[in-house]
Amino acid sequence: MYDAPLRKTDVEANEIKISAKDVQVFYGDNHAIKDVSVELQDKTVTAFIGPSGCGKSTFLRCLNRMNDTIDVCRVEGLIALDGEDIYDKRVDPVQLRAKVGMVFQKPNPFPKSIYDNVAYGPRIHGLAKNKAELDDIVEKALRRGAIWNEVKDRLHAPGTGLSGGQQQRLCIARAVATEPEVLLMDEPCSALDPIATAQVEELIDELRTNYSVVIVTHSMQQAARVSQKTAFFHLGNLVEYGETSQIFTNPVDSRTESYITGRIG
Amino acid sequence: MTDATSQGGARPSGPSTRLTAADSRTKKRNASEKRFRAYGLAAIGTGLFFLVVLLTSIISNGSTAFMQTFIEVPVYLDPEALDPNGNRDPADISKVSTFGYNPLIQNAVFEQVQDKGIATDYEDAGDMKALISASAAAQLRDRVIANPDLIGETVDFQILASSRVDGYLKGRVGRDSITQDRNIDAGHLDIVDALREDGTVHKSFNFAFITGADASESRPEQAGLGVSMLGSFFMMLVVLFLALPIGVAASIYLEEFAPQNKFTDFIEVNISNLAAVPSIVFGILGLAAFIQFAHLPQSAPLVGGLTLTLMTLPTIVISTRASLKAVPPSIRDAALGVGASKMQSVFHHVLPLAMPGILTGTIIGLAQALGETAPLLLIGMVGYIATNYPEGVISGFMSPNSAMPAQIYEWAKRADPAYYERAWGGIIILLVFLLVMNVIAIVLRRKFERRW
Repeated sequence: MYDAPLRKTDVEANEIKISAKDVQVFYGDNHAIKDVSVELQDKTVTAFIGPSGCGKSTFLRCLNRMNDTIDVCRVEGLIALDGEDIYDKRVDPVQLRAKVGMVFQKPNPFPKSIYDNVAYGPRIHGLAKNKAELDDIVEKALRRGAIWNEVKDRLHAPGTGLSGGQQQRLCIARAVATEPEVLLMDEPCSALDPIATAQVEELIDELRTNYSVVIVTHSMQQAARVSQKTAFFHLGNLVEYGETSQIFTNPVDSRTESYITGRIG
Repeated sequence: MTDATSQGGARPSGPSTRLTAADSRTKKRNASEKRFRAYGLAAIGTGLFFLVVLLTSIISNGSTAFMQTFIEVPVYLDPEALDPNGNRDPADISKVSTFGYNPLIQNAVFEQVQDKGIATDYEDAGDMKALISASAAAQLRDRVIANPDLIGETVDFQILASSRVDGYLKGRVGRDSITQDRNIDAGHLDIVDALREDGTVHKSFNFAFITGADASESRPEQAGLGVSMLGSFFMMLVVLFLALPIGVAASIYLEEFAPQNKFTDFIEVNISNLAAVPSIVFGILGLAAFIQFAHLPQSAPLVGGLTLTLMTLPTIVISTRASLKAVPPSIRDAALGVGASKMQSVFHHVLPLAMPGILTGTIIGLAQALGETAPLLLIGMVGYIATNYPEGVISGFMSPNSAMPAQIYEWAKRADPAYYERAWGGIIILLVFLLVMNVIAIVLRRKFERRW
């Protein structure tokens, strides 16, 4: 049932949102990402697939400079968002992360109320002038996170009291509350059961109308279901990047074929 | 099942072992588990036993310090002795020293003895001196100076009994032990026995022990812990207002902001080592740095507080760093992911979650500082007899004082067994303070854990 993409759209016409050129990432002496060049399109879901340790999460974290928090991590090459180099010295990572939101593998709501979880981003970025505006932003974000109906009566209950799937949707709502242009998702469904996964996947497909979504996933079925573009990483190299349907049905590289048929990984 | 056994071939049919009878391996395993449990119980039992021994000995030795013997007699405040000019001028009255009051008190006690018809060989009021504390005259004088209108009247006065009389009532002094004692004779004890029957000599709660000041070697009955308690209080203020902000700021910087390099490693190792440095080393550091170099006054709670701050800082830094480390990194990622700056992620999310641990560490550090004696030895807070309350907040920090543990140490050193009792009593008060601080730590932790 979930094997077919939820909605077929022609994405070739969409503009380039993020372009990476010859990106190298080092963890100390470990060369984690080698010569990755890729162009990610706007209003498109791009899936990064590949075996564990292939560098797909590392590359994802380069896109909003989350790797800056790791002392030994060094990024070389060019990554541009709308043509601007995000590793330029003048770029404040805080401003970048407001534009490029992130959802993590494990649901990580703040130990605060549901409302405060979503309102935190808008508050620190000064997106709301008053309480009423903030309320609107929170409601809109929770609706986009497809969790509004479940939590509207208990906005001031702790976010950590929700179920795993609800928590992850709350985290997505929190991420979209700051109106980012790109949403990075690092295995957002790995801690969820199939029903919650289905809900989150449906949500990802809806988010595509407004955002450029990049999702890292271990599940090839998930990549096939939600993405229009797929990038296959192996041992730090970007092996193949193309239309999801093409990658899964007619891969060019033999390593891609081996991986999607289950022979490596 | 029969199929499986018949097909297996290798294993003979029928059960190999009986489930109802444990095999030797299982028996051994169970026996060793039982043994381990017994060891554990024995260890806990030993611990509890020593705790009970400790508490009983502290309470049995120290509780008597909270009761004090008084002789309650009417004292005639003779105007001729106290106000020779007869004009009730406070300046004149204060010229009369305690020597003017001593005979009045001795007379009052002697009259009481005669009125009650107690048979005694003593013929002179001066012989009653052994019953009365040397401090009694000063206390009566204070009362008269505060209210000169009392002169000429007969007032009921609780005369502080001498430490020998007090010891006799508490069983510390016996008729055998006074044969060598020049301070008191058996005849005095006869009088005490007689006066005790009608309630003139009685024990009552000793507020002065909690609120009072230390006294000289010869007047243990007057000594109290109050002034040194204030000394401890001012020291703790210094420690709290220096060690908490410095310690927390240092830990947040080291844990959240500092780059990982040789220099921070070096600092880290040094902090851990400082926590293990004997406290007397901090004492000599305080002596060198604050008194000899900075010329701060000796014996002052300010210097004590600064020295204890040095000693407490590593404890606070270590516990704060541990509680910052315990905050899951996913919270930091979450905050950074929505575009919070490093500082916002620390102050909005990490610090509130680490707060219970930080507070607990701080209070435990304070409790440790409160009970610390060794550093105070070196900065002169031991051996100083603080007889007066500090006059204000500034003098509370700057004027010489002692601290509770230093005062206890001082009392334990003194020859008179009455001071031994006070040392135990002081330990009870100190333990009550430590208990209260620990309860505050627990309450705060509970409160902050239920933040939402």
